[in-house]
Formats: sequence, structure tokens, C-alpha cells
Amino acid sequence: MKIQIKGGRVVDPGSAVEKVQDVFIAAGKVLALGTAPNGFHANRVIDAIGMVVCPGLVDLSARLREPGYEYKATLESEMAAAVAGGVTSLVCPPDTDPPLDEPGLVEMLKHRARSLNQAHVYPLGALTQGLKGERITEMAELLDAGCVAFSQADVPLNDNQVLLRAMQYASTFGYPVWLRPRDAALGRDGVAHDGQVATRLGLAPIPAIAETVALSTILLLVRETGARVHLCRLSTSDGVDMVRQAKSMGIDVTCDVSANHVHLSEMDIGYFDANCHLVPPLRSIRDRDALRRGVQDGTVDAICSDHTPVDEDAKQLPFGESESGATGLELLLALTLKWGEEAKIPLAATLAKVTSEPARILGIRAGAIGLGASADLCVFDPHARWNVEPAKLKSQGKNTPFAGYEMSGKVRFTLVEGHVVYEG
Amino acid sequence: MSKPLPEAEELLGRLAERMRASVTPDTALIGIHTGGVWLAQRLHNALGLRQPLGTIDVSFYRDDYGSRGLHPKVRPSDIPFDVADADIILVDDVLHTGRTIRAAMNELFDYGRPLSIRLAALIDRGGRQLPIAAQFVGTEVSVADGEQIELKKNEQGRLSLVLNRQAPA
Amino acid sequence: MMGYNPQLNANGELQHLLTIEGLPREIVLHILDTAHSFLLVGEREIKKVPLLRGKAIFNLFFEASTRTRTTFEIAAKRLSADVINLNVGTSSQSKGETLLDTVANLSAMHADMFVVRHSQSGAAHLIARHVAPYIHVINAGDGRHAHPTQGLLDMFTIRHYKKEFAALRVAIVGDVLHSRVARSQIHALTTLGVPAVRVVGPRTLLPSNVSELGVQVYHDMAAGLKDVDVVIMLRLQNERMNGALLPSAQEFFKYYGLTPEKLANAKPDAIVMHPGPMNRGIEIESSVADGRQSVILPQVTFGIAVRMAVMAILAGNA
Repeated sequence: MKIQIKGGRVVDPGSAVEKVQDVFIAAGKVLALGTAPNGFHANRVIDAIGMVVCPGLVDLSARLREPGYEYKATLESEMAAAVAGGVTSLVCPPDTDPPLDEPGLVEMLKHRARSLNQAHVYPLGALTQGLKGERITEMAELLDAGCVAFSQADVPLNDNQVLLRAMQYASTFGYPVWLRPRDAALGRDGVAHDGQVATRLGLAPIPAIAETVALSTILLLVRETGARVHLCRLSTSDGVDMVRQAKSMGIDVTCDVSANHVHLSEMDIGYFDANCHLVPPLRSIRDRDALRRGVQDGTVDAICSDHTPVDEDAKQLPFGESESGATGLELLLALTLKWGEEAKIPLAATLAKVTSEPARILGIRAGAIGLGASADLCVFDPHARWNVEPAKLKSQGKNTPFAGYEMSGKVRFTLVEGHVVYEG
Repeated sequence: MSKPLPEAEELLGRLAERMRASVTPDTALIGIHTGGVWLAQRLHNALGLRQPLGTIDVSFYRDDYGSRGLHPKVRPSDIPFDVADADIILVDDVLHTGRTIRAAMNELFDYGRPLSIRLAALIDRGGRQLPIAAQFVGTEVSVADGEQIELKKNEQGRLSLVLNRQAPA
Repeated sequence: MMGYNPQLNANGELQHLLTIEGLPREIVLHILDTAHSFLLVGEREIKKVPLLRGKAIFNLFFEASTRTRTTFEIAAKRLSADVINLNVGTSSQSKGETLLDTVANLSAMHADMFVVRHSQSGAAHLIARHVAPYIHVINAGDGRHAHPTQGLLDMFTIRHYKKEFAALRVAIVGDVLHSRVARSQIHALTTLGVPAVRVVGPRTLLPSNVSELGVQVYHDMAAGLKDVDVVIMLRLQNERMNGALLPSAQEFFKYYGLTPEKLANAKPDAIVMHPGPMNRGIEIESSVADGRQSVILPQVTFGIAVRMAVMAILAGNA
């Protein structure tokens, strides 16, 4: 299928290209930019005048809920949500049921996802069997089956010896390890940041040190083992400082933050809004501002959606009993643009946080509009305003703390391997 | 256009004289908040009664709670004598529909069983909606439906009557 | 979102009583003033008024409590209301029915008011968000968050003995971290303009941000009680006593138990309060609990009057 995307402002953060020009696609790849190749006859012309054409978004964390949690969401609904949000590559955590600790499960997931012909799915393999934190998984097998890295998802590893061994093993082969810095014991029964809101509302607290103590351990173990570690979902000001310092000392780590934490704080919990029950918790305004500065100065490499669809019954409970998580695939672009606009950052640098940077972390060829590269693209209208209406989301998870917010930036077309997989 | 309202102090004197022949030193006086209490205090002095003065707030017995909710200012009811077998005179400033008196009587019966209850009102403005009558009245006054007669007390304790054109309190 | 107050209706009147935080001062005073009249009703032979005749009040206790439930029941009956008691058990999973389903079913039985106690903070707010507009919700204690009627009766008690709030020093002693009573008391005291509100306890039992609630923090009991007018002792729950928060009940009593010696630091006419039930010998010595400065028993009587006032005010609002 030959496609011409006409008149859009092409922004490719990785190559610093930003220019109004046409994009020519054939055989699933970007054939040319600017001038049509000789003899090119488009089967379809997409009018992108006034729109931005950028690489399809690369989301470093989106729960698809399969296998095991189909009552919360299915691959069909969540993959549809992904492309509606302009996401063409996504990473899914291993905390499915059963967890992704067996090659067969990973293969099945990849096969199912591929058959939908939508976004590329990059599963994370479980770091330990059953995510139990005792025995490391067969990482080579899992990698062959399609895993890109290894993770404990949200399950803290409370045995540092196991963590050390897992990182040593992974580093032997250069396998990346993705870790959430969360101490297994500090604030283990907590549901909200140990700050003024948790104190007033009587919510069991999770102190900032639950993150920084674990982060400190992880960074020391990285120095010790040389493992390639990606830190998932920073939430504290001190945590950002620690990563900044580690990077300046030459320690090779990357980190991400969820789009929710870029915008929200503990104050948004209001009168016990369970849609703000997140892991890690929404922290103080000071923490949020430090995260934003971190994204801006590159300490935080990428923004992800941390998409977690939760069924309504599990949210309509007292805060402490409710299930944590927010739906987010369809909001990632708009929330990232909102941050960039507020921080007064140029569009290319803004989009880098959800395209070229996450692709670099993953080590995949994505998040770029290169000649000969797979035509995974997002065409969006930067000026279109829309309201977040949970009922209208494609995701089965309607649980968003941004319900009723007005957003700017709407996806009009999403292409994966040169096919239009979404038109809005 | 209605006639000007009478002088409260003068009316009070007249009311006291009308009551004098019918009370004994053991007659118990109970004023209904707020205007009735002021009157009852003055009458208690004027008639030289022995029993301590009682005051009653009918907020918990009104029949309009369902439509208007609890009165914003509930005052304490204080009856410092035994209601059982007492000869009681209720005192109110303006007798109108009779509902306040009905509520006061219901409340009184929750304190005990009185021997008798009579009613003294400074003003009877007619418009009864219940079979209630006052045994002692200062005077009868006629006012329009949307109007309300209010008893006021100044800093020196002097009573006066005013006419308001608003919904009753 | 924070401009809207879930406790007030469109006219600014009290629709639910969920927490003292965010209640206008006038409403707090109105409740105390009304409670005074109900206290007098309680001193008559017929302790009833017909105000809530025909109304159905459902005591929805997801967390067991005989004391609190009984006082709400007495209060409701003295208002001539019909009372239904439901002990729903401590886990919604145990019956399979969700919290909101339980509430919806009961609403369909023509409830006018729910009195709710739950082990989770925010449960009363959740219920209030989902009931029909004519149903009023009273929070009888949710997790660690709030116990507003207790806070109100404590304020009533203080006003009864001390008359004015404007120059008082009040000390709240014990496990503030886990206490919904303490949180409600702190909000009530600051709303009523008490200038010195102190919390006294070991670091492990005080929330890390407690000073942001407007209180002064003391770890030394003698200093904390110095010249105070009111001493409020909080109950120390069993689970706290033998774990990582406190080494033992004995050690707690040594440092924070109210004995005559420690009480002597307070003003000679200071009153001693306790929300009950008391752990004698752990947070308070019997001689103090039964002594002349203790107002613990009157608190119970005041509690009935305050709860009558809350129900009467709520049921009268649209």
C-alpha cells in the first residue's frame, strides 16, 4: 500500500528534523521525505495540513491485562486504545496471571498481539520465577521468546542477595533489568504518600524513603555488577537528585516517570478519589515539580503512560481497599504535550520523551522517522481541544484521574508498518 | 391600611390587670421563647408570683419541621418547678394560628401532667387554624396575611410592637 | 474540585456529617448550641421529643462497636425515630456484596439516614457520594480519618466546663497516628479558635506531618501537659503495644500514662477526658480516671445530646 502524508509538519526528535514536508510510504517503510520518488503513485493520500507528523509513540509501560485479567481488559480493547493514543510500540510488564516467567506464555502473548496488527508489543520477562523474588528465571529462554528486559513489575524484591545475583546474571549477557525502586518493608501497607494529605485523610502512608532507600541499593548494585538497569516510575524529588548524581558519576542508568506524576500530586486525591490511588503514590507538589525539572534536564529520560485498566467495582471502594492504577494510553500524547507547553519546551524535545528516548532505552529501531525505517507514525492535530470523557475511551479501563480535564492535541491517524491502524 | 399598632407597655399593664383576679401565688407562669419569655418575666414581677418562672422553646415540637427543618436558633427550655398537678399559664406575645400553643402544650405534657393550662397573649390577631383560645388577651389586632407582628425589647428593657412584611420566623 | 464541600447542600446547610474538617464554624457552634437543649431534654422524665417520628435511621456498622452504636441508637430513639441496626461484618468480600450494593439495597428500604462506621478511611465519603439526595450520612468513624460526632461531643464537654475556647491550652496524648478521634478533635479545636493545641506522644505514634494540622508537638509528657486546661487521653489499641511501634504497654504507661503526678503539671482545674473505652493502667491510672478532674462519664451523656442534635439538624435539611 503506497501512502502519501501530505503537508504535515514532520517532527523527528531523534534527528532534529522539523519541517513541513510530505512523507512517502511504501511496503511498510518510509520511502522518502519531501519530494516524491520517481513514479510514486499513492494509493491513499492523507491530508495532514496543520497537523504534526511524528514517530509513533513508544510507551514504556502499558498493562494489557492478558493473560489472566480479562475481566479488567482484553488485548483487543487495550491495543485499540494504544493506537487511538498514537502509540505504535509498547512495553508490557510481566505481572500478568500467570506472570510472564515462561517462554510459552510470552510467545502466546506476542502471537496474540501480532495477530491484531496494531502496535508492536515488547513484553518484559519476570526477573524471578512467579515474581516471588527467590529464584531467577531462565532469561535466555525468555529473551528468545521475545522479552526485551527483565522486571519485578510492582513486586518489591526483599532479598538483596537475590537482587544482586539476578543483576549479576543479567549483566553477564547484557540483559537489561527494569526495576521499580520500592523498599519491600518501608510503607508496605501504605496507600498514599506520607505527607499532609495522608495525615489529614488518615491514609496509611508510604514515605519517600521507601523509594530512595531502594534506589540507593539499586544504584550501588549497578556500580557493583555493571548491570544495565532502567529505573521505572520515579516519584520523589530526592530520587531525581540521586539519579542525577549517579549519571554525573558515570553510572549507566536510565529512568522514566509516569505521565500521571508529571501533572498530579497528593492534593488531587481530594475527597478520597480512588482514581488517584496510584503506585507509586502521587507525592507532594515539591516532588512533582522536581520530577518535571528532571524530565526537562534529561535526568528523567522518558515519560510513559503506566497504563493500568481497572474495573469499576475495584475503584468504587474506600481508597485503601481500591485497586491502584490509572488508564493512560489514550492520554499519553496530550499529557506530554501539556507538560512541554507548560515547561516552554520546543515540540521536538517534548516528543522525544515519548518517542526517540524510550526507543533508545529499549534498544529498538523505533521512535524515529528515518528513510527505510518502518513506517510507524502518528499524525496529530496539536490544536484540537477535547475533554477527557471516561465513557468514550477505547480502553476498558475508564479509571482516569483526568476525567473532565480539557486536553490539547488529538491523534488523527496512527500507522504501523505503513498501515493505517487508527483514524480519529 | 391597618391601624397603627398599640403601645406594648400599655397593653402589658392592661393584661396584668386582667390576670390579677384569676391567679394565686402558686400559679406557674411559662413564657414561650422569645417574646413570650420577656412578657412572662414582666408579668411574673407585676403579679408577684411565688413559683419560679419557666421558659419553653417549642422547636422540637413544631409541626413544620418536615418542611422547614430545625429552627436555626434553638433555645433551652427550662421549667424549674414540677409540672405535675400545677396550674400553669402559658404566655406568648402574638396568638395567631394556634400551632405554637399546640406545640407548647405537647411539650409541657412531656414534663408531667398539669392540673390546668391557660393562655395569656399580648396580641390576638385571629386567623386560628386549630381550636385554641386565650383566656387573657391584651388586645385584638387585625393584620394582612403577609404581615407579621413582632415584639421587640430595647436595651433599657422597654417593650414595643412592630409590623413586618416578611415570612414568619 | 476542592471548592465543593460534599457535606453541604446547595443552600450551604449540612447534608451529611462526614468530618469536622471543612465545616464552617457557625455550623459547629449551631450543633453545640442545639445539643445543649437536647441535654436538658435528657434531664426530664420523658426524654423524648417527636421530631424524627416516622424517620428510619439505619446503623450501618461495618466495624463492630457496641458503645458507639448504642449511643446513636439511644439518640435516635429519643428523637422518636425508628432504628435499624445492621452489623455488616468487617469484610465486604465475606458476603460477596460490595459496599455500594449494600447501601443501595438499604436505600431501597426507605432509609432516611445512615450512621456508618467502617474500618477504611473515606468509606463515609464514598457512601455519601452514592446515596439518593434525600438520605443523610453520619460518619460514626472511618478508619483513621474522622469521628466527627466524637470530636463534637468533646468540644461540647470542653465548653461545658471551660465556657470559652479563646484562651485554652489543650493536650491530646497518645496514639495520634492511628486515631480518627484525635484528627477530629484537632480540626474542631482549630475551627473553634483554641490557640494552643498540643499532641503528646512518641515519634512512632505521631504522624510525620502532624504539625501541619496546626498543633504543637511534644514528646515529653510533663512539658506537654504544663499549664494545660484540658487533657485528652487517647486509647492505645492492643495491636500497637507489642510491635515495632512500642516495646510494651508498661513502657508506654511509664512515659505517657496519665498519673496524678503527670496530671499535676496541668492547671489545678484542668479537666481529664477520654473517648473510651479506657485501658486502665495503660493510658490512664484508675485514680485519675475516677478522680475529681475526670469528666469521662459526663462525656457519654453529652455524646447522646450531641448526636441528637446532629440527627435533628440533618433530618430537617432538604
